[in-house]
Amino acid sequence: MRSYWAVVSARFRMLLQYRAAAVAGFGTQLFWGLIRIMIFEAFYRSTTASQPMTLPEVVDYIWLGQATFVMTLPYYLDLEILTMVRSGTVVYELLRPLDLYSLWFSRSVASRAAPTLLRALPMFVAAGLFLGLRPPASVASGAGWLLALLGALMLSCAISTILSVSLLWTIAGEGLVQILGSAGMILSGIVIPLPLFPDWAQTALNILPFRGLLDTPARIYSGNILPGEALPLFAHQMAWTLAFVALGRLLLARGTRRLVAQGG
Amino acid sequence: MREGIRLYLRYISISARGQMQYPASFILLTISGLLATGGEFLGIWALLHRFGSLKGWTLPEVALFYGIVQIAFSISDATSRGFDAFAAMLKRGDFDRVLLRPRSSALQLAGQELTMRRIGRFSQALAVLLWSASALGAIWSPAKVGLVVASILGGACLFFGLIVLQATLAFWTTESLEIVNTVTYGGVETAQFPLTIYRPWFRRFFTAVIPLAFISYFPALAILGRPAPPVLPWIAPLAGLLFLLLALRIWQFGVRQYCSTGS
Amino acid sequence: MPQIVVEDLAKTFRVAERRPGLWGACRGLFARRHRIVRALDGVSFSVEPGELVGYIGPNGAGKSTTVKILAGILVPDSGRCEVLGRVPWRERVATVSEIGAVFGQRTQLWWDLPVIESFDLLREIYRVPAASYARVRDELIEALDLGALLDVPVRQLSLGQRMRCDLTASLLHSPSLVYLDEPTIGLDAVSKLALRDFIQRLNREQGVTVLLTTHDMDDIEALCRRVIVISQGQILSDGTLEALRSQVTPERWLIVDLMEPDGIIADPDAPVMRREGARVYLRFDPRQVAAADLISRIAARHAIRDLFVENPPIEEIVARIYREEAACDPTGQ
Repeated sequence: MRSYWAVVSARFRMLLQYRAAAVAGFGTQLFWGLIRIMIFEAFYRSTTASQPMTLPEVVDYIWLGQATFVMTLPYYLDLEILTMVRSGTVVYELLRPLDLYSLWFSRSVASRAAPTLLRALPMFVAAGLFLGLRPPASVASGAGWLLALLGALMLSCAISTILSVSLLWTIAGEGLVQILGSAGMILSGIVIPLPLFPDWAQTALNILPFRGLLDTPARIYSGNILPGEALPLFAHQMAWTLAFVALGRLLLARGTRRLVAQGG
Repeated sequence: MREGIRLYLRYISISARGQMQYPASFILLTISGLLATGGEFLGIWALLHRFGSLKGWTLPEVALFYGIVQIAFSISDATSRGFDAFAAMLKRGDFDRVLLRPRSSALQLAGQELTMRRIGRFSQALAVLLWSASALGAIWSPAKVGLVVASILGGACLFFGLIVLQATLAFWTTESLEIVNTVTYGGVETAQFPLTIYRPWFRRFFTAVIPLAFISYFPALAILGRPAPPVLPWIAPLAGLLFLLLALRIWQFGVRQYCSTGS
Repeated sequence: MPQIVVEDLAKTFRVAERRPGLWGACRGLFARRHRIVRALDGVSFSVEPGELVGYIGPNGAGKSTTVKILAGILVPDSGRCEVLGRVPWRERVATVSEIGAVFGQRTQLWWDLPVIESFDLLREIYRVPAASYARVRDELIEALDLGALLDVPVRQLSLGQRMRCDLTASLLHSPSLVYLDEPTIGLDAVSKLALRDFIQRLNREQGVTVLLTTHDMDDIEALCRRVIVISQGQILSDGTLEALRSQVTPERWLIVDLMEPDGIIADPDAPVMRREGARVYLRFDPRQVAAADLISRIAARHAIRDLFVENPPIEEIVARIYREEAACDPTGQ
């Protein structure tokens, strides 16, 4: 059973590193952003009808997405936890009189905040100076964006922590991580800005948690969502964050009992 | 030659069998790949649905580009793992072992793994292509079908060649080879749309430097009945094969360099 | 007709030097400094078919560089080299298809595959005809007792088991020449003896030429009639083990077990090297005093329980040769 898991997770980790490495390069991101912008430019030039977002807003959206991409990748797992679960040493963690959930959550925060900062700054400089990223629509928008960013960080960590917890359930956990990861990406807006999806999909997109990762902050920034309208969206982020945290704690408790009962 | 093919088939059957020992994992990863790529196409569909057309190109036409390029990429992605992981192999010192065997190093690396779960992306792209074919209606002829297949194979050769070049770079630099990743993944992103939507310098790069246009754009012109230079669209996919052969030549040069300077 | 001919082989490497500290690292980005390492500096020897040659030297002496050149995976800067009538690096595939190689540290088998499948894959790679493959494979499996291991994935084998499998794998295509690099490293005593026995029979009965590089002097003593010593890219000695001994030092040891633990032996011709309780180690030069004379002298003057005459252990010989070379003192030619 353990060797099965070992090989499965080795491949899983390979896939992860593969993906992360391919996407994580700064040059790659610039290139990526550029291609996407060109594609959107072409689309916008094909029609004169008005759209839920203007092209400059789309450009902002894309660059903000690239700058903070670490947050929108819920499957950017904590590899240390993964190795711990794989090797079985996670049992020791579970038996300690610590609040394990908080430990893992804060780990997640740390592993996202640092790279985001490191990547966001050069991205802002490059995209801001040469590639069409505008400053925030207003001071209030800028402040709102920062708050939304914080909310996105919390939400992102809540999701990634619950995914880490689900690893305790080998196959099912891995499947969940994969599927939620892929789905979460698209539904956050990093592939296509959410407002550009069909109108009939908007309700669903607005309810789902993932929009809080990128869509909410990016649109506040560019003024597509006015500062006055932002409050319910903060609540949306917070509500989902709390939901994931609660579910995460529950799952962790259950997973702990299960693992300890199995004897590691 | 035939013998080399037989060895290659043996290699990949071993690899495939190894992966199938973990069916649950395989299924999950495949489904996830399917969803991820399906989601990307969903995005394209959504955009075309909203904007009506892309600079004069309709959804079925864009889907043709998408299908060809994505299928080609999934084929090369599934078969090129040996080269993709070459930098790590070199660092571990395992390449000498490859050279100690009486076979070409390229064949051995090509046979190292057939990444089965890429079938997720493959099947999703195939579905899109088939839908596009039916949506495009009565334009098909056996020659055009052959051209689609040739484009796919040419594209697979081209992407494979890019990975070979990436591996060759590992002989000289230990730094991350993200540059080639950029071109590969960026190339896929780019070529899944008709090239005319991009800025001229971009178009020129993906025609002259990396001949992506030859395995997607030019053949598509002929298939879709759009104005195109004569003959060119029909032989264009060969550019992919030529690119691969050139890449392999450069690889051989890299191996010779490795042998004369040591590790 | 020698199987290996090596003449004046030279090879230097340029190794990039790391500069210390942060400032050094920054400068290193712009101007790389290189150190020239002379791995091989005029190496010459030849090996006839059927020989079992030991190739020894301190770390960094040039042993693996030599083997890589002989295998065709490294190109020398100058000098001539022929293996089985071919220039190895010019005809890599042809050369490599007729030689076998075992590297103690690394396996050539596929990690996840059962042993027998690795063998079958190698058969395909080396293009071994079906009939001879089955025969050779079964003989080797019998000789190395691999029957129980055939269906086990390589990653689950113990070191000794893996080594036997690697040895088998290197012989499946019936090469006439085999390079063994540290084949007994890390093995327990029983496995070492078994492996040594196998290698000896391989050489004596099948006539397979073996080039053995190792740090284990017991291996050398047990197996090799001929020893080549290399240090800092140059050959220090090439000949039989006895010739090597006498080249370094003719001295022999007399080990005496006294009846009295505190007896003192003071013989002008036999200085005491060390004592271990009642056991005294004496050193003497047989050119100056015959062993028989010395023995009778000592036996006459002391109460003795037992005594032996020995050659200095080969480690001692080799260590001296390295030391002397390092001190630039030519070893009495």
